Amino acid sequence: MTTDEALIQVRGLTAGYGDDVLLREVSFDVRRGEVFAILGGSGCGKSTLLKHLIGLYRPMAGRVLIGGDDLVTAEGAERLALLRRFGVMYQSGALFGSMTLLENVRLPLEEYTDLPDEAMDLVARLKLDLVGLAPFCGHLPAELSGGMQKRAAIARAVALDPAILFLDEPSAGLDPITSAELDQLVLRLARSLGITFVVVTHELPSIYAIADRVIMLDKSARGIIAEGRPQELRDHSDNPWVRRFFNREAEQ
Amino acid sequence: MAAKLVETRGEGNAILALSGRLDAYSVAEAWKGARQALERNRNLPVTVDASGVEYCDGAGVALLVDLLRQPRPVGAKVTVLNLAEPFQRLLAPFDPESFAAAASPLAPPVSPVERAGRAAAQAGRELWELVAFVGEAGAALAAGLRQPRRVRWKDALAVAAEAGANALPIVALIAFLMGVILAFQSAVAMKQFGAEIFVANLVGLSLLRELGPLMTAILLAGRSAAAFAAEIGAMKVGEEIDALTTMGLDPVRFLAVPRIFAAVAVTPLLTVFADFVGLFGGGLVMLSFDIPWVTYYRQLTASVNLEDFFGGLIKACVFGLLVAGIGCLRGLQTRNGASAVGISTTRAVVSAIVLIVLADGMFAVMFYYLDY
Repeated sequence: MTTDEALIQVRGLTAGYGDDVLLREVSFDVRRGEVFAILGGSGCGKSTLLKHLIGLYRPMAGRVLIGGDDLVTAEGAERLALLRRFGVMYQSGALFGSMTLLENVRLPLEEYTDLPDEAMDLVARLKLDLVGLAPFCGHLPAELSGGMQKRAAIARAVALDPAILFLDEPSAGLDPITSAELDQLVLRLARSLGITFVVVTHELPSIYAIADRVIMLDKSARGIIAEGRPQELRDHSDNPWVRRFFNREAEQ
Repeated sequence: MAAKLVETRGEGNAILALSGRLDAYSVAEAWKGARQALERNRNLPVTVDASGVEYCDGAGVALLVDLLRQPRPVGAKVTVLNLAEPFQRLLAPFDPESFAAAASPLAPPVSPVERAGRAAAQAGRELWELVAFVGEAGAALAAGLRQPRRVRWKDALAVAAEAGANALPIVALIAFLMGVILAFQSAVAMKQFGAEIFVANLVGLSLLRELGPLMTAILLAGRSAAAFAAEIGAMKVGEEIDALTTMGLDPVRFLAVPRIFAAVAVTPLLTVFADFVGLFGGGLVMLSFDIPWVTYYRQLTASVNLEDFFGGLIKACVFGLLVAGIGCLRGLQTRNGASAVGISTTRAVVSAIVLIVLADGMFAVMFYYLDY
């Protein structure tokens, strides 16, 4: 259920490496319950922006507010509490290679809850079932296909039922069918659990299928060049580059 | 079939007739010849007649572009004629002018001053990382001791088995050889004075106080520091460290602490094992010098005391701490890419051995002043 309440607020975020500024004073809101996509060509700072949103990098300037609390300045227990409001699916899945799927999903539960062993197992199994991987509980990540690893990573990310899920290029390296299945999963989770999604991607079919709203980053503008519903941007954007992106046209 | 080049003189110009296949495997000879021909006819217009070319791919196109891009005086242009249509299409997209300048090197050469500055800055950053890591690891270890429930003992146990139990064969081999060599070398010399029995003192003291802990630690550096750095480095490359961080799990507490605890527990045990195997090796050599086990044992117990033994074990604990710590640190410092893991592993082993030697020296000084 989308509401107008801003769950993530980015204000004047400036980010880059050394003297190289990739994003200058970027501001936008992500509303509670929506599927929000960050788009842009290669090298425009999509992944960098994501890493700032999840607190891996410190911005040069600006603030990232999650539910009103500043992730940049939070320390200690406050920061831990903030981190537990969201889950992240990394591009490669980033499952722990030495643990089975079940152990991977159990890990956040072990670390943060006092549930009895059996209950933790059950919660982890349910989460794996949610992404259709219940039969593969005892497998190591390396024994699964790329798509399955990503689904397992989603199961781990939702282990503690966070309010927000960040997905870094969920379709990268997947065939169209697997990629569509992943889109379905995202929609199901968004509708049934009310999770807010922030997705970094440049797969057009995926954007049309799942995204409620998108922002588009551009390298030369060092920031956002378009914001809105994907269909609207495709048909009505006054920026030719944006129209070309959505219509999949090469530069003339 | 190799490309062929025939040079003829026309009316006021030179003609280079190219024929045959122009591909990466056959074009080398013709390329050299064509460049020389251009040189010879520096002030004449040159016409490249490509009518005999049967096949031309990327390398052939490069040859033609190379001939066209040569700087020539006015009125001495190079032109390519009669290139078959399909090959013409390959050549068309390139503008020889834009390739006229020699390819610029990727990065401008850096002055020695700048290099020195960069190296110093890098060294400073690493020192800072080291200090930060020692602080974080120290805090995490202390927290682990205060709240043992928070330590991942299952991981620690697995590491202990890998770094400890699985190291027994190699430790045994090296310790045995150390004992044998030490005893044999000294016995040969001491025999001249009829003092073979004192070999027991020598072997006992040097093994228990120095070589036992030192060799064990160096083996640990080669096996486990490398393993820690590679494991953690691969996790870093695979975004697993990032995943830990965003799950609010401190990588130092999660990965380094179990490994450090395991190494600190296992190194003294391995050292005890190495001590005994080494002493056994020394005893075997003594047998061959007609000194029976009993005599060797008596001489050992008379010359070596428990202080020597425990002094060695304390050292072993410290070595274990250093080796595991530096292995984890180098792993966490891994940059991106597969080669970065290799670099981290190498650095882990080298730094571990340097640290062991430094610590051993400090122990020597300390024990000397403590009269230990």
